[in-house]
Amino acid sequence: MPTGAVIEFRNITKTFGHVTAVNDLSFTVEPGRVTGFLGPNGAGKTTTLRMLLGLVSPTSGTATFGGLRYRDLPRPLATVGAALEAASFHPGRTASSHLGVYAVAAGLPRTRVAEVLQVVGLAAHANQRVGGYSLGMRQRLGLAYSLLGDPGVLVLDEPINGLDPEGIKWIRGFLSSMAAEGRTVLVSSHLLSEVQQSVDDVIIIAKGELVHSGPLSSLDTNIAPQVIVDSPDRDALVAALTAAGLQFTSGRTGLIVAVPDPGQVGHIAFAAGVEVNVLHRQKAGLEESFLALVEGGDSL
Amino acid sequence: MNLILRPVAAEFAKIFSTRLWWILAIVLFSYIALLAGGLAALFGGVASGAISSNSVSTGGATGLTGLGSLPPLIYSFASSVGYVFPVLLGALATTGEFRHQTLTPTFLATPRRGRVLGAKTIALFVVGAGLGIVGLVGSVGVGALIFGGFDVDPLLADGDTWALIGRIVLAMALWAVIGVGLGVLVPSQVASIVIVLAFTQFVEPLLRFASTFTEITADIGKFLPGAASDALVGASFFTLASPGGSTLEIWQGGLVLLAYGLLATGIGYLVSWKRDVT
Repeated sequence: MPTGAVIEFRNITKTFGHVTAVNDLSFTVEPGRVTGFLGPNGAGKTTTLRMLLGLVSPTSGTATFGGLRYRDLPRPLATVGAALEAASFHPGRTASSHLGVYAVAAGLPRTRVAEVLQVVGLAAHANQRVGGYSLGMRQRLGLAYSLLGDPGVLVLDEPINGLDPEGIKWIRGFLSSMAAEGRTVLVSSHLLSEVQQSVDDVIIIAKGELVHSGPLSSLDTNIAPQVIVDSPDRDALVAALTAAGLQFTSGRTGLIVAVPDPGQVGHIAFAAGVEVNVLHRQKAGLEESFLALVEGGDSL
Repeated sequence: MNLILRPVAAEFAKIFSTRLWWILAIVLFSYIALLAGGLAALFGGVASGAISSNSVSTGGATGLTGLGSLPPLIYSFASSVGYVFPVLLGALATTGEFRHQTLTPTFLATPRRGRVLGAKTIALFVVGAGLGIVGLVGSVGVGALIFGGFDVDPLLADGDTWALIGRIVLAMALWAVIGVGLGVLVPSQVASIVIVLAFTQFVEPLLRFASTFTEITADIGKFLPGAASDALVGASFFTLASPGGSTLEIWQGGLVLLAYGLLATGIGYLVSWKRDVT
């Protein structure tokens, strides 16, 4: 079973002319976990991943797999599998000949081609020209390419884009199983909701800079929690909350009170003799804290 | 050894897994066979008396038929006319990588980019030689058959003819290398094709023709790639059509052609191949 290597970015920076696409980024990605690499479009995710893979040369800093730069890996495809977002296929080649070319280049057995096409569910289309593939099929072929060398590290750029619901469900399970085998899995996305079911850790960047890194659960505490409360007699409830000196706004499903403890709000209503039919703590949405991070650009 | 053999094998796999190579081969063969066959029939007919030389209006034809070099001239069509095909194949093999963004999987599989470009050059050299053989099947195969029909000696027992054939194969191989160089120098596929067609079919013939007007320009003109190729092959319709034009030695022609290929590839490596792949 291939084992994952630690991916380490150290002070990596890329400038294109006057534009700084990635600014002094440092973080590590551990084996055995699925790490989500998140940020809005244009945040520098793809540039960062391309620097990691030696396709774009960093202006300064390094990105390594277990201490080695990509170009120094003795067997790159057997160490790192990458699927980048661009559709990198000659439309006249079949899926099988496309993968065959790179199996030959990397010195991998030709039998791997049929195996990986089977894994991604393209076996029935192996001898079809890629030009006729749908976006979802291209994504699967890109994934098949990344698996050719049975690598211990997977680097996938927006792998969920263009997949149908069935494909999304499949890839979530697939990513988790790869990490469970001890591989390093780094998955980028511009939507947290796309990957939050399958990632263990998150790295969030905005405008080329790191804004957060840690376990997914660390996002949970970012926004001050609120309590939702409602009553058949909303005016009485408003009066009670005002009398108690609490900040609140009126929402569709009730009043949103800016305190963390539902018990406190319930007690105020009880003391004022107001019947309450809704009372709960608003779940801190991961997506909201994610958006707050990437828009505010504030570090925790 | 695997470090270069694998990328070379991959480059062969790339070429033979798309349709371009056999389309170019078929067009090359048909074009050369038609041209060589037609002219062999014309000159053979004149030489054997089957066609009265009076009925051939071109003044040069009578003079040409007197030359013993008629079969080599026809045979050399494979490269003197057909050289555009290996250039196109080489240029498309390289620009296709840019156009279809296959540089990404290519460089992921072989991160040492110089090795990839070297492998591509080697593979295209071999496939260019193959196109040379295809062209020769057209020019020698069809030409000799027709010469035989008119009782003109096709010179196939002559060692010189086979040396010529060998040099034609070499010239075609070098032209494919030049194509690779052009492709990295001008990664835009459309621009590359336009340059190949405009230069080989129009600009260079004009330049070669114009360069023969004075001695100084003729000394420069003989270094044009087409002129160098004709010098390497040693017989061409062009050199006959413009007598007095100075030419390079055979070996010089080969070296000049090789220099064009390597120079373009080297500069292209720096200006496009080494660049960020985004």
